Amino acid sequence: MFVTGEEKMAEKEYAYFLGCITPNRYPGIEAATKKVFKEFGIETKEMIGASCCPAPGVFGSFDLHTWLPIAARNLAIAEEMDLEIYVTCNGCYGSLQEADHLLKHNERLRKKVNEVLGKIGREYKGKTKVNHSIVILHDVIGLDRIKEAVKKPMDDVNVAIHYGCHFLKPSEVRGHGSPERPYILEDLAHAIGAKTPYYKDKLMCCGAGGGVRSFDAPTSLEWTRQKIVNMIEAGCDCIMHPCAFCHLQLDRGQVEMQNLFGIEPKMPVLFATQLIGLAMGFSEKELGLDIHEVKMPEKLLK
Amino acid sequence: MGTLLDEIIEYGGEVFGKEHMETVRECVQCGKCTGSCPSGRITAYRTRKMIQMARMNLREVLSMYELWFCTTCFTCYERCPRGVKVTDIIRTMRNIAVSEGHMSLSHKKVATYVFKTGHAVPIGEPQMKLREGVGLDPMAPTTQKFPEQLEQVREIVRTTGFDKKVGFDWETMKLREELEEGK
Repeated sequence: MFVTGEEKMAEKEYAYFLGCITPNRYPGIEAATKKVFKEFGIETKEMIGASCCPAPGVFGSFDLHTWLPIAARNLAIAEEMDLEIYVTCNGCYGSLQEADHLLKHNERLRKKVNEVLGKIGREYKGKTKVNHSIVILHDVIGLDRIKEAVKKPMDDVNVAIHYGCHFLKPSEVRGHGSPERPYILEDLAHAIGAKTPYYKDKLMCCGAGGGVRSFDAPTSLEWTRQKIVNMIEAGCDCIMHPCAFCHLQLDRGQVEMQNLFGIEPKMPVLFATQLIGLAMGFSEKELGLDIHEVKMPEKLLK
Repeated sequence: MGTLLDEIIEYGGEVFGKEHMETVRECVQCGKCTGSCPSGRITAYRTRKMIQMARMNLREVLSMYELWFCTTCFTCYERCPRGVKVTDIIRTMRNIAVSEGHMSLSHKKVATYVFKTGHAVPIGEPQMKLREGVGLDPMAPTTQKFPEQLEQVREIVRTTGFDKKVGFDWETMKLREELEEGK
């Protein structure tokens, strides 16, 4: 193909499955991911009519027989676009990848789900793939290109890595190695020059999943309180994570914790593409960091 | 009907496969699940106890408040030395609990957001402004924007009968539980 002038040829196109919290609470995650990906030649296509994934620990706990066809409908939308999916939430990742895995491996189940989808004129065929955006950063774009794109190295920044749960587990479905020794987020943080100190219970859940946040918010915030306190004790300046739902719990949760436990909200929370975006020279506003509950410190913005 | 354990294997087996669910029989009550459980440090949720109650056919486990304190973090699932697919067993037990009417009002409300908008976390006016602030359309092109797309999700919910389990009234777009409260 002949490429002229400023036109950049897309290296790859993906269907962006937005889910709920990214577009409806933290659109900065959406904006940052689209902008950072575009810089690396990755084009994003919208999934018209996508719904809630629906949340694997919530709807999966209520009614697996409703969770699965709704997830399959979302997969079918990407199949109709003939594109692979990327996500910015572990809940969406967990739900869609698990549904895809179950349906690809169980013909009887696929038939049953397609009977439901047939009523709305859709069909799950099993020809898309569900990718997490941080895996695209790590494996498709690659650490070398990220390093080259850094304009403001995060040399003096201590990043608290928070994985959440459904990015790594169940590992037999996720396929990112041992969930006890993950490396993808650490690699990405190191690529922009940051340090990633260990903190107590680093791999622990944020507390929001499985319907616990909606069931009993103060209890779910006790998980979050423990994590934030441990991060502060380890001298961390901010959190880097791969999950919009964790983002809500960690960011909005700090304001709720102030009322509950009297802890001041001062640990900034950044989705991976937001922190990488800052290092690449995007502004706080472009990345939607100014609309977070916990304000960004000078150290990150300089 | 057989025991609760049979029911769990049968119900979960339809989705996860029977072999996956049969792992529950391998449990030797070692307690590594409970030892690994972040919820167990904070709440009265004891994974090992939930599994044992299921194995002993103690159906009261289905109405226990604690059953809903698992965040589905999958740590127990990964660490179980006997390969018991703990989290999927717990999710299945919760499904059976919901089928028997044990579902909290707050969880029913989460479900109704999906019936109303297609999203568990819908958008409102203030968030539309936030979207515009970062250069995005005020509404993402999802079910909440397109009624004909939302109708597809509603049709799924009606087909599987989940609306009935939750007690949702399509005419008033409210939970029967809320309507009764309002009386």
